[in-house]
Amino acid sequence: MDNAAMHINGGVWIVAALAFATMITRFLPFLLFPAGREIPRYVEYLGKTLPYATIGLLVVYCLKDVQVAGTFHGLPEMIAVSVIVGLHWWKGNSLLSIGAGTVVYMALVQRVFV
Amino acid sequence: MQEEEMEIMKKKAALALGYAFPKTIPVMVGYVFLGMAYGILMRVNGYGVFWALAMSLFVYAGSLQYMGVTLLTAAVHPIYAFFMGLMINARHLFYGISMLGKYRDLKRFKPYLIFALTDETFSVLCNEKTPRAIDREWVYLWVSVLDQFYWVLGSVLGSLVGSVITFNTKGLDFALTALFVVIFTDQWKSHRDHRPAMVGVVSSVACVMMFGSQGFLIPAMALILAGLSLWYWKNGGLKKGEHREVEENG
Repeated sequence: MDNAAMHINGGVWIVAALAFATMITRFLPFLLFPAGREIPRYVEYLGKTLPYATIGLLVVYCLKDVQVAGTFHGLPEMIAVSVIVGLHWWKGNSLLSIGAGTVVYMALVQRVFV
Repeated sequence: MQEEEMEIMKKKAALALGYAFPKTIPVMVGYVFLGMAYGILMRVNGYGVFWALAMSLFVYAGSLQYMGVTLLTAAVHPIYAFFMGLMINARHLFYGISMLGKYRDLKRFKPYLIFALTDETFSVLCNEKTPRAIDREWVYLWVSVLDQFYWVLGSVLGSLVGSVITFNTKGLDFALTALFVVIFTDQWKSHRDHRPAMVGVVSSVACVMMFGSQGFLIPAMALILAGLSLWYWKNGGLKKGEHREVEENG
């Protein structure tokens, strides 16, 4: 096998491994608790509370690399998140809150905090 | 009769599409942009459009695909890539458990809907309370298909014409952060019990501070599970009717 063929071959296996691993993480709960079999109460409880905890986790996941000790102390993110929460609390229009928040953030990191 | 059924199905699908599409617009902005960035990154590292396409079609997991560029260029062993994938995507387990109630008894599209459960699709659908007049299974399908379409489109565009873009896109990826913040706010407003949300935020922030942004995910998941379980055992399990009000408030 020449170098190019090895490169492609190895790459294909890596893609396959990543696809398989991802599918396991997505399918496992449904394989463990298939339709028609009763879900244990503990899992049912998790199913009802995890969505709230998980969205909290995702928000932190998005902001995890913000440098609070850096030059701008995470101000662009703090301002933009405040705008989104405030606007959403007031109007309750998802597209408006997300659009305005993104535009504010872009303006801040492009024009103000440079 | 056959034709009549087809017509009814088409109508159901069209109605659900009109309802589902606006919900996916924030994801469209984020996915097309991040997908393009991904396509460009792949091309720069010597992996052309077919590689980007294959990854976005079959792996379809944003942060893992970015990590995958490094795995590919370093030509790591597939077993190593496999465990990397399990660790980075372990959070999907939480999505599955959260969606058990909604997805378990689906009659159609179930395998694809589970396959396509990304961070963003989950966050759009976990709060979804489809009105009676609209077929919920079609809504789930449209949201999932549209989201993956945006991601694939972005990756392919980025790979083919990425370098043509000239306007300043810095900060555009914040659309996805904004999406999660909005959903968090919605949940906060509609659910009286704020403890699960607090457990999620506090555990995650604590783990970022303790383990750093690269290694916080798995410890944070463990801490969230521990926190929620503690309440469960302390209160003697799930009482009937508890955590119900959200579904009824619709």
